Amino acid sequence: MEKKTRLKRERLKEGLWFSSFKAIACGVVVFLFLFLLILVVKGAGSISWEFLTQVPKEGMTRGGILPAIIGTLWLGIGSVILAFPMGVALGIYLSYYASENLFTRILRLSINNLAGTPSIVFGLFGLAVFVKALGFGVSILSGILTLGLMVLPIIVRSTEEALRAVPKEFIEASFGLGATKFQTIWHVALPTAFGWILTGVILSLSRAAGETAPILFTAASFYMTRIPSSPFSETMALPFHIYALMTEGTNPEIHTKMAFGATLVLLFMVMCLSVLAIIERQRLRKWKKW
Amino acid sequence: MISNLRFRMKRIREKTIEGLIHLFAFGAIFIVLAMLFFLFREGGVIFRVTSWKNFLFGKIWLPTYSPPQFGSLPLLWGSLMVTLGALLWSAPLGIGLAIYVAELASPKIRAILKAFIEVLAGIPSVVFGFFGMVILAPFLQSVFSIPTGLCAFNASIILGLMALPTITSFSEEAISAVPHILKEASFAMGATHWQTIKYVSIPVASGGIFCGVIMGMGRAIGETMAVLMAAGNAPIITLSFFEPIRTLTATIALEMAEAPKGSPHYHALFALGAILFIISMAFNVIADLLQERWKRKLG
Repeated sequence: MEKKTRLKRERLKEGLWFSSFKAIACGVVVFLFLFLLILVVKGAGSISWEFLTQVPKEGMTRGGILPAIIGTLWLGIGSVILAFPMGVALGIYLSYYASENLFTRILRLSINNLAGTPSIVFGLFGLAVFVKALGFGVSILSGILTLGLMVLPIIVRSTEEALRAVPKEFIEASFGLGATKFQTIWHVALPTAFGWILTGVILSLSRAAGETAPILFTAASFYMTRIPSSPFSETMALPFHIYALMTEGTNPEIHTKMAFGATLVLLFMVMCLSVLAIIERQRLRKWKKW
Repeated sequence: MISNLRFRMKRIREKTIEGLIHLFAFGAIFIVLAMLFFLFREGGVIFRVTSWKNFLFGKIWLPTYSPPQFGSLPLLWGSLMVTLGALLWSAPLGIGLAIYVAELASPKIRAILKAFIEVLAGIPSVVFGFFGMVILAPFLQSVFSIPTGLCAFNASIILGLMALPTITSFSEEAISAVPHILKEASFAMGATHWQTIKYVSIPVASGGIFCGVIMGMGRAIGETMAVLMAAGNAPIITLSFFEPIRTLTATIALEMAEAPKGSPHYHALFALGAILFIISMAFNVIADLLQERWKRKLG
């Protein structure tokens, strides 16, 4: 009899805990929906064809945010293109060439450190090195270099993980045919791992496009009436634009409305990339079962 | 003869590529060393103007007054306060969510929740900051009837949201990695599912969970845009979460544009950057060691 009540009590406890975990999960999902819903509802009114395709006019009270959209594309794509070769090379090194020694440990620690470094610190480094010491000035180039450093660890990690997931048999078969180590990596491992590396690239693109702090002093400018044409010019960028509208804006009513619009555009760009990466991963998981 | 030549060519190519890849590896270490070097070189200059004691423990940050005061304690305090405030709610929630995802959810729900967490992690910080500033601040102001909604409380909520995905995904990974035989042994002893989670899964995964909390902490303390927009930015030392505070990161972002190159103010901001870099480095090393030890324990 006593045993039965104890069991009952345990079951009750279990039920309570499990339902609270479930409540947390539901809460997070509901919150995220609410968060996005508020931003979409409030921002939808600001979105118009003019808003997306015009340069800002009359002290930012009219016109659109085209230069900011273009600037964000420049910065995002540029930094990923820059970080890609080095990131993949490091991924190859860590998964195929590195032996477990002090050098590898230091390298790993360096990459982890880079991943954990606050984004504003990248901004400071970019200011000291690219803007000032190398003389690139406040420009797209400085911004790309700074953001490139920031996304490097993401590409390294996804490459390394992707290469490690390549089945041993593939590698051994290639060696068995007389291929050298690099031939094996180039013709067997990399093509097999390509999809996974791609998801890493997409994620780093979304990260680079959404970051503000690293470009604050290296690339961003608040008000430009034309689209940046050269890598040595300053640029507007969506995330910085949102911040600047809220802090430097002179006409709070109009500027808050514009900031809602810009937020929605940025969210749309970044979420599309996130969802693309998630779908790609699901597809790979289903498709490739070796 | 020809095949010998081809073989040698192949070898040379192989070696060149290997060398190149090694070069990249050195490059990565070089970048981190260069960051350290530049931060310390540019930041170190401030100690010609003020002593390190005044800089670290001074209670007043007035860089543009004459004479300027570079006491970074209020900023450090602000950073710690919002970070702790964020972790206080996001750590238990994140771990709870991780338990649900790893142990209770069906495969389909698990995939959906993981996708949600990833989407949450991918939202740019400036969007969170904007939300804190425009939506959350007026809401807090009217609910708690405080003079301004831009305060440590607001920033803690926003930062917690940003740390949540980090904590959840690390913890989830750790709980999922608990060997099945341990759990099955517990079930065989007649333990309920919750007892198994409480006495087997969580203790075994605790190293990884702790590691996730530290990573989330690192994320929160290094976050710039969200706190810059939501925390109110008053460099004061306070215990109240309903007062505006200023963090290290926000100070750099706010003041760098106005600090002329080479001025003490400019160097002071770099010194703040160096402090941030050291803090994040310490977090990383601790998390790294923890994970190493935990993995060894699991075998």
